[in-house]
Amino acid sequence: MPMITYREALHQALREEMTRDERVFIFGEDVVAYGGAYGVTSGLVKDFGEKRVMDTPIAEMGIAGAAVGAAMGGLRPVAELMTINFALLASDAIINHAAKVLHMFGGQMSVPAVFRMVGGGGAQLAATHSQSLEPLFAHVPGLKVVLPATPADAKGLLKSAIRDDDPVLFIEHALLYRVKGEVPEGEYLTPLGKSEVKRQGKDVTIVAYSKMTLVALEAADRLSQEGIEAEVVDLRTLRPLDMDPVLASVKKTNRAVTVEEAWRTYGIGAEVASRIQEEAFDYLDAPIARVAGVEVPLPYAKNLEQAAIPDANRVIEAVKQIFSRAAA
Amino acid sequence: MVTEVVMPKMGYDMTEGTIVRWRKDEGDEVARGEVIAEVETTKVTVEVEAYTGGVLRKILVPEGQTVPVGQVIAVIADRDEAIPGLDKEPRADKAAREVKKAAPRPQEAAEAVTTAEEEAPRIAASPVARRMAREQGIDLGQITGAGPGGRITKEDIETFLARRPAEGPKPAPTPVAAARAAAPHDIPYEDRELSRIRQTMARRMAESKRVAPHFYVTSDIDMTELLKLRKGLNELVGEGARISVTDMLVKGAAKTLQEFPEVNASFAEGKLRVYRRINIGVAVALDEGLLTPVIADCDKKSLREIAQEAKEVVERARTGRLRPEDFTPGTFTISNLGMFDVEEFVAIINPPEAAILAVGSVAPRPVVVKGEIKVAERMRVTLSADHRVVDGATAARFLQRFKVFLEQPLHLIT
Repeated sequence: MPMITYREALHQALREEMTRDERVFIFGEDVVAYGGAYGVTSGLVKDFGEKRVMDTPIAEMGIAGAAVGAAMGGLRPVAELMTINFALLASDAIINHAAKVLHMFGGQMSVPAVFRMVGGGGAQLAATHSQSLEPLFAHVPGLKVVLPATPADAKGLLKSAIRDDDPVLFIEHALLYRVKGEVPEGEYLTPLGKSEVKRQGKDVTIVAYSKMTLVALEAADRLSQEGIEAEVVDLRTLRPLDMDPVLASVKKTNRAVTVEEAWRTYGIGAEVASRIQEEAFDYLDAPIARVAGVEVPLPYAKNLEQAAIPDANRVIEAVKQIFSRAAA
Repeated sequence: MVTEVVMPKMGYDMTEGTIVRWRKDEGDEVARGEVIAEVETTKVTVEVEAYTGGVLRKILVPEGQTVPVGQVIAVIADRDEAIPGLDKEPRADKAAREVKKAAPRPQEAAEAVTTAEEEAPRIAASPVARRMAREQGIDLGQITGAGPGGRITKEDIETFLARRPAEGPKPAPTPVAAARAAAPHDIPYEDRELSRIRQTMARRMAESKRVAPHFYVTSDIDMTELLKLRKGLNELVGEGARISVTDMLVKGAAKTLQEFPEVNASFAEGKLRVYRRINIGVAVALDEGLLTPVIADCDKKSLREIAQEAKEVVERARTGRLRPEDFTPGTFTISNLGMFDVEEFVAIINPPEAAILAVGSVAPRPVVVKGEIKVAERMRVTLSADHRVVDGATAARFLQRFKVFLEQPLHLIT
């Protein structure tokens, strides 16, 4: 199986879907000549022309609004909002329109738009360029929110997102673009709304998504050396949230830890932990631990930034805490 | 000046008290120190004194009613002083309502485990441990949890299950059989009500054994010199102020605890809580059950003072007239069954103390002295200690020192 980067996987997905369906088109800031802020759309304009790969002004609300309109009009736009931080400027179009058109128009039309953006930090882009705001959007009925962790998932999920008739926020991670992984050759789709067990184990369930899935896997490897076998579940889609593999896992391990780069309060871990205790209460042997980004605007200074983003050490610490026995 | 009289906390685990009788009426003058009410707790009936003088302006809790500790039961003020908020329900009912609100029945509709669990303080157990216990018919009260805060976890249940078939006869009767036997016995029986003291005892002793890992160290002590000293002292102090063997043991224990502060301690939330006072409880057997009134600051009191106080407090205990100060929390307990001709026995620690000393009878026994068998007055004591706080060596050294104090009893009067 070929090993390609996350970036290349996304690129292939776009290329394949634009080839397959001529309603699919891309627009955003610097997606043409520059090839996209993170290089994902590089070279597409050559094969698909300027009507299907378009630059926009720096106007996120306009981009999102145009995407909603285009989608309602029958096209399948893939709008690039550069980062989730800037998506805040497009909140009205995303939350008030994209998410609600299907309902408010009585099912007469849907919004098959994909909003691609980068989330997360760790590249010293400082507070307003490094946030993980997916909890805000995952809260909204009518939206789908997807965060791939691996190149294989990135390609399969983006293809599915483009084919989905509902608005999808497709959130990539800046530090994952160069990560290589095995990606199947040929046509394949990864379903939205399905979590996946990325590593099997019997002692503790670690639930994560996006870059934190890789952090969880690293923690699991190190825990294994100490005799603790962790099962890592990658959520992949935050909305709709697939809890089945998580619950099956907790029923096996009796312990759970959630990991997210977003802030802890009112975050993804809170939702996952809540559902675990609702539906697997009688299987819990310890409180559910949440590992999350430190609740500060992300610092610029490298050491502080690193301290604020969860790493394998923090995950290991959380796992050990819920294994702790009373002091002798 | 308006003074609120509140239900006093008279005892480590007292949560509420019942007004048995108001000895003063509304409108009566009360002096500071005068008894104004009799209150019944889980253990005894206690006299409550007024802490200030004035007029008993309002009685807020009628006879027969039970209220939580801290709730206002009466108001003392000057005769014509205005008392704000008297007509409204003050903290009284609000406090009661809050107590009710704060005590929800958590979850578990299917908690058909045991009746003991319903009345006992809540046992911490993880959800999966509870479910397994339910499915296996295990009484959680039997299991010592090794999880955080003493929580019973899945591992504890699994350990218990693994050991269960191989277990031989237990030192104490198991509640498991009682839990399982929902079917009636064929043996005719009668159920007797337990006094409040015994109910409390049952709960506390079970919890003590469940929570504190007990171990025991015995010492055989030569009492010749101590008895001689006691005789001499009692000739001096006269009939009214007689000093008993127990009084001397209390002093001996106090001196030993001074040198072993780590035994004058408790296991508190994962830390060793070393107390700065040495308060020794003396077990007193009543018809209704066992009480341990406490003599505070035994290290600072002379033998005479200890004897005096012990006599008074035991008398108050026997006549049901214990006072709030008799319930000062203790740091150590002595239990003496010597008067029943018991050679030696093993006591259960009074939580949250770290140890208890069980004292047997003083009797002439054969001893080996320089290779020869002689007869001497001997007494056996057994220290039960909480292994979370005290280890074997410490307990042994403690008893060694205690023995020195008793065998060279002039220490007790230095």
